[in-house]
Amino acid sequence: MTIVTGVTCPVCGTFCDDIELVVENNVIVDVKNACAMGAAKFLNYATHRSLKPLIRKNGELIEASLDEAVGKAAKILADADYPILYGWSCTSCDAVRVGLELAEEVGGVIDNTSTVCHGPSILSVQDVGIVSCTLGQIRHRADLIFYWASNPWSAHPRHIERYTMFTEGRFQKSTWKGYISRLGGVLSKKRLRRAANLVLRRDIPATPEIERHLPYTMFQKKRKMVVVDTRKTRTAEAADYFLQIEPNKDYELLQAFRMLIRDEELNVDKVAGVPVEILEEVADVMLDCKLGVFFFGLGLTMSEGKHRNIDTAISLTRDLNQRTKFLIMPMRGHFNVTGVNVVFTWQTGYPYAVDFSRGYPRYNPGETSVVDILSRGESDAGLSIASDPVAHFPREAAQNLVKNPLIAIDPEVTPTTLMADVVIPSSFMGIETEGTAYRMDHVPLPLKKVVEPPKTCLSDVEILQRILSKVRKLRRTSN
Amino acid sequence: MDLAINNGKIVEKINENKAKVIDASGMIVMPGGVDIHCHIAGADVNTGRLLRPEDHFRDVEAKTAITRSGVGHSIPSTFTTGYRYSRMGYTTLMNPSMPPLEARHTHEELEDTPMVDKATYPLLGDWWFVLEHLRDGLIEECAAHVAWMMAATRGYAIKLVNPGGLEAWGFGSNVKDLDDSVPHFNITPREIIRGLCKVNKLLNMPHTIHVHTNNLGKPGNYVTAIETMKCVEDLAEENRPNIHITHCQFSAFKGSDWQTMSSGAEEIAKYVNHHNHVTLDMGQVIFTDTTTMTADGPFQYGLYQLTGNKWINHDVETETSGGIVPFRYRRKSAVNAIQWSIGLELALLIENPWKIYLTTDHPNGGPFTSYPTIITWLMSQVARKKTISKIHKRARRKSLLTSIEREFSFYEIAIVTRAGQAKALGLTQKGQLGVGADADVAIYNVNPELVDPSKKYKKVRRAFKRAAYTIKGGEIVVKDGEIVKPVSGKTFWVDVKTSLPLEVNDDLKRKFREYWTVEYENYPLRKGFLHNPAPISIKAEV
Amino acid sequence: MPKLKVSLLTGRTIDQGKGKEYGKLSREYWESVTICFLDPEDLKFLEIKENENIKVTTKSGSVVMKAVKSARTPHPRIAFIPYGPWASIIMNQKTHGTGMPSLKGIPAEIEPAPEEKVLSLSELLNKHYKVKKS
Repeated sequence: MTIVTGVTCPVCGTFCDDIELVVENNVIVDVKNACAMGAAKFLNYATHRSLKPLIRKNGELIEASLDEAVGKAAKILADADYPILYGWSCTSCDAVRVGLELAEEVGGVIDNTSTVCHGPSILSVQDVGIVSCTLGQIRHRADLIFYWASNPWSAHPRHIERYTMFTEGRFQKSTWKGYISRLGGVLSKKRLRRAANLVLRRDIPATPEIERHLPYTMFQKKRKMVVVDTRKTRTAEAADYFLQIEPNKDYELLQAFRMLIRDEELNVDKVAGVPVEILEEVADVMLDCKLGVFFFGLGLTMSEGKHRNIDTAISLTRDLNQRTKFLIMPMRGHFNVTGVNVVFTWQTGYPYAVDFSRGYPRYNPGETSVVDILSRGESDAGLSIASDPVAHFPREAAQNLVKNPLIAIDPEVTPTTLMADVVIPSSFMGIETEGTAYRMDHVPLPLKKVVEPPKTCLSDVEILQRILSKVRKLRRTSN
Repeated sequence: MDLAINNGKIVEKINENKAKVIDASGMIVMPGGVDIHCHIAGADVNTGRLLRPEDHFRDVEAKTAITRSGVGHSIPSTFTTGYRYSRMGYTTLMNPSMPPLEARHTHEELEDTPMVDKATYPLLGDWWFVLEHLRDGLIEECAAHVAWMMAATRGYAIKLVNPGGLEAWGFGSNVKDLDDSVPHFNITPREIIRGLCKVNKLLNMPHTIHVHTNNLGKPGNYVTAIETMKCVEDLAEENRPNIHITHCQFSAFKGSDWQTMSSGAEEIAKYVNHHNHVTLDMGQVIFTDTTTMTADGPFQYGLYQLTGNKWINHDVETETSGGIVPFRYRRKSAVNAIQWSIGLELALLIENPWKIYLTTDHPNGGPFTSYPTIITWLMSQVARKKTISKIHKRARRKSLLTSIEREFSFYEIAIVTRAGQAKALGLTQKGQLGVGADADVAIYNVNPELVDPSKKYKKVRRAFKRAAYTIKGGEIVVKDGEIVKPVSGKTFWVDVKTSLPLEVNDDLKRKFREYWTVEYENYPLRKGFLHNPAPISIKAEV
Repeated sequence: MPKLKVSLLTGRTIDQGKGKEYGKLSREYWESVTICFLDPEDLKFLEIKENENIKVTTKSGSVVMKAVKSARTPHPRIAFIPYGPWASIIMNQKTHGTGMPSLKGIPAEIEPAPEEKVLSLSELLNKHYKVKKS
């Protein structure tokens, strides 16, 4: 039995690197410090894993040797006119480097999960820049924390305890005690109401509190958390203040804040369903803080306005820097998606949706992005790696992906591997293979190898290198 | 004269019958170029690439049978960076700004930069451990930590950027001068610079401290530059340099505001001419659209306020900060034109070319592909006059260039583009063609005996733009300005052996967890991380 | 039958996050991605109780899911579905030139579906993605 410390969790962008694992006979038997998702991953990753390479023959997926599978995959890519190579977010930077070489060799389009996630955030950064930092700056200095259209309690469970409210910084203290007492108050109110409803046999939900002023805790000199969202998420319950807004109205609200922090008057009573008096007080709190931060999630990238929402959020942050120190950071979700953007950018100049069909990198989201290419039915082959597009792409795009030859490289069985023509099982990054990956704030961290993978599961790097060399051989013989 | 190369080194002689012979008659043979300060890898550079797709659209390189594709005018992608430097005959590059927490990133990018040897400087001027130890007068403790940091991040030299100012920027402020106190830390920039200068000496580092001064880019800052050089004068010994002021042009402004701004190059040159403990590099400005990127967060914010261009800010916990703003230098802007003049004035007024080196602080002053043009400005008064005739009137009136007749010789160009830089860096096997040196050679198709660079500067520019041959480690990698053999270079780093290495105990690990958001064991680069490491073993005085 | 017009949000839940780590073929995953969170007032309007089946229809398609009472109320006329193969059937693929499909704030219609059942993962894949190729 061995105890491995300092393991980096390979699930979300929070990148907790303090995970402790207990390993016995090449199996992880216990996990310490991880959240529910991390624990689920470390203890269950092998349950539905892919063990053998498969090739589709006569409509059925049957077992094949690795050489056969690699050969078929190479042929599919070498023969294609406009293949797409998609995914990458759950693998390490080394694999991405080989992937880029492969995409360049076959003249295809290489894209990653940012395209359906924080792609619009990147578009905004390219338009206006971004005022950001590493998470330690928040931990040490921030006394005003906004989670805007983001629900860390569900998607980044340890974010708050590691970087924002419940952690001790050099200049700011943890607010753990304050939260406990507040939670006590909220829970007892809930219990009383439930009891009352049971006794009186009625089914009355809580009356929405129509507030006209911020609670007094928002003006105290301590860390404060504000959640801006369309529904009261778990994170909102833990917040000092929850600003509930109408869906698809983030753009208006952000612009309203930009006006308010310049002491301009708003000619309306409400913006996004929130009374202007409240907004004025929130603006005052923003201007009054020592260091504030906006963490924003997919609620901004995916609703109406898309990258224009983030544009204004970044502009608001930038404007606030005239009066105080303010920062903004997207809550990146899929594991190493930040790292994938970083590697893409240093090798090609562009963070995602890179088209090599003319022999040099081209970038035009909307044209060279995978969902659009698939919607228009332009690609004629696909490689999916470390990702599950069939489960997560809009139906028509997924249908077009599946109707052409599809290669899936994944450690697990997923809807994509079930629909693919060639399936190559790989080892789990960060558990069975080492590498480098990047946290949501661009800090690169090492991934450890904790257990040995099955012999039939090579690392993504090795699989891609084999496919690449096979593709080169095929091209040499055909020329 | 013949040059013999074997096994990647210059040797005394070899069997000519078995050797490949390159006929370089009528051409000039120099050691491979050495760039002491160019931002080519790491978080700031890459975020700059991300910020500027428009910079990439206009300049692409297609894949060939032996080279990878790429893009970029002011911030090329990594492969393109390596190829373009190599085509100009450069073989060693120094990436000057590495946030230590993100060292992995810098090194991964450097490894994807082909054709050249490289190294990088960790940013230590605002590191909490440095600030605290120096404040408490614990120089030896500080030295032990710095030695640990060099190994942990595979660094080459101690870099300071606006010392003290970056910590102040953590809460949005800055430091005003060398004696302004850093908020919360009770230490001044002067103490930081002197402290790290002492540490540098104790550790016997091959290069001096590499300093981006406080008050960069502010009219009147030449005073700060001279104060910075003065403040370590007493710590120097035997006429050896103990401080390097980088991209000095940006720190050589006279005047009190942009209207009265003028050149402080004369004052700085006067000081440097009389003191031997300083080296500088130019930070020359080119009239083009480029991208500024430095670790000087507050300065970059100021540039955003001045231009309204898109702005990226990236503060790094416990250590440093950074900022990126696109910028266009215009002939018809008086300030930009004066800046252009300042860089050249510095090089021409400083008498000893071993003290000042040719850089643009790529890409801050302009892309490195403009080096051949700068060479012509240094070598030809006519070339300078031609450019001066097109700049803003006020700049033309104020510029000292009209009265400077000095023209660099080829020999002096060799010093400011390779020999001097290698010497300042302590890279004894680079920048020279003596026996035992690395066989990094650049051959340029211009005959120094026939061509007068003062008149035929266009020919000179063309020759330096596309090397006739670039030889890296004894292999011909470029011929007639085209890559003929892709190679990877080595990464140099300094492995300092102190007599009492930093004790990695629970106390240190706990402090680590308090200061950073990563575990101690995940911070240093693991053995085997670099694929081509070239550690330089040094024994410290502590 | 009553029909409810809602604004549809898709997103992550902790159960869906856990479920996908158990494996996409697991029961935990299936249970976490085949549910639709509704405000109790909306359940009343549809005249259904929690855990009954509903049909969610958008311009892109329709799926049968299980209705669940949301604990994050009040949010009348806003429905929330976790990411996954079911959400993908009804999300809007139009990216408006940004590359990003519309995954939140989608106009949708919800009606009770007492006669229909929620498909298993393989039934869903077969129905929508079955490919006739060798």
